[in-house]
Amino acid sequence: MTNVLYDVPGPRARIRNRVIGAITTVVVVVAIGYVVARFVATAQFSDVRTAQFQYAAVQRELVDGLLATLKAAAIAAVLALVFGALLAAARLSDRAAVRVPATWIVELFRAIPLLILIFFFYYVPLQYKLHLDTLWALVFGLTLYNGSVLAEIFRAGMLAVPRGQSEAAYAVGLRKSQVMRLVLLPQAVRAMLPAIVSQLVVLLKDTALGFIITYPELLYAAKQIGGRGAFDFPYVSSYLLAGAIYVGICGALSAFAAWLQRRMGRAGRTAAKPLAADAVAAVERGGP
Amino acid sequence: MHTFLHALTANGDIFWRGFKTTVELFLIAAVGSLLLGTVLAAARVSPVPVLRGIGTGYVQVVRNTPLTLIFAFLVFAVPKLDIGIDYFPSACIALVAYTSAFVCEVVRSGINTVAAGQAEAARALGMTFAQVLGQIVLPQAFRSIVPPLMSVMIAMLKNTTIAAGFSVLEAGAIPAYLAERGENQFATLIWITIGFLVLIAPLAALQRRLERKWAVAR
Repeated sequence: MTNVLYDVPGPRARIRNRVIGAITTVVVVVAIGYVVARFVATAQFSDVRTAQFQYAAVQRELVDGLLATLKAAAIAAVLALVFGALLAAARLSDRAAVRVPATWIVELFRAIPLLILIFFFYYVPLQYKLHLDTLWALVFGLTLYNGSVLAEIFRAGMLAVPRGQSEAAYAVGLRKSQVMRLVLLPQAVRAMLPAIVSQLVVLLKDTALGFIITYPELLYAAKQIGGRGAFDFPYVSSYLLAGAIYVGICGALSAFAAWLQRRMGRAGRTAAKPLAADAVAAVERGGP
Repeated sequence: MHTFLHALTANGDIFWRGFKTTVELFLIAAVGSLLLGTVLAAARVSPVPVLRGIGTGYVQVVRNTPLTLIFAFLVFAVPKLDIGIDYFPSACIALVAYTSAFVCEVVRSGINTVAAGQAEAARALGMTFAQVLGQIVLPQAFRSIVPPLMSVMIAMLKNTTIAAGFSVLEAGAIPAYLAERGENQFATLIWITIGFLVLIAPLAALQRRLERKWAVAR
């Protein structure tokens, strides 16, 4: 709809647009130029500072960091999907005694800042001299938060299946568990898939919080590498590298979610309207 | 129960300072990200290809970068460029830079909810892009934008805790301080949770009310 906001530019508008475009380009180039000038003036990519990245041990350090990030994300994703499915089932229950507590749990864990949730599993065991690995502090925090968000996505997906589907299923004599399992879930999963993948991207990004509780993930590795005085503190290059890795992986997964959504939107495989990928919409936006 | 209350009463100063800084961070970042996000959204729907490209590129990169990384870059890498920023301004910049990408997406999808006929009619009257957007489309989009914007702001309020990892004494930094004082950590964290619930509850209530009041059948 964006192209309905303005007319096809005529001669004067074309010139004006070109002028605005040129001015913007100049401003952006100056801004980037300033940053590059700072890079050059402070010799960010000097031989001393880049030497480290050619060492096999340092490359291993980065790869290990990335693997630790992926490991935490993978464990947390599996646990969050299970936790979310259980919560969603509870929230869709006919029994208020099951439904109401589940609603409260979902609301509570979504309201607590993720970092504070992680701190519960970090500081509390520390105080009682229980050894809980930072990996698990991170994973448990991620599981509770993302599980609650996923529960909302699952529930929205089930509710997005048109009423006629469940009415027809009840009419032919299926029990509630059968209606859920055989009729609603298969259709809902297709509708939810893009939103689920997007939420898993959020989860992957959130593993960077492990840095704050000193879990040795990618960002932590970048800090270690950047903090070496012998190589004149190459923070800039190490963080840019880490950033490029995050953007690459998360960007690819986001593109996968968008592709899934286009695919779902095209084919009539489900009566449910697909939940938008970026919109973890009704549920959550802009987590860490 | 005594230990539980003690964690708050004996450390009122830290709790007060922490949550005060959290609220300050939140207010500054809210204003900043709403402004920058709206500008980005306008750029993304504008007739100038360069502006569209910049807006799209910014959103794609920032949305796929962890906020913690932006914080770390500002605090550890930027001083190496001989650019001096204090911890608190760094935190504000990180939050604004990150949150505005999400604000941009919300505003843009809000613009898409306005019926195409509205913009077409405005154009038929000879309005320019700025007039169409500013006087016709954005005011109507506003109603559908506000509830999701509140979600973004609530998420941002929670994100302020990340500043704790980067030398800003806000609510998220309280556990580290009270660990030194030997306070019960479970009690401390429960109090912080309560603090956030108190801050979020009015925002969430307002969001629900506006959502109901401004629900539009389109």
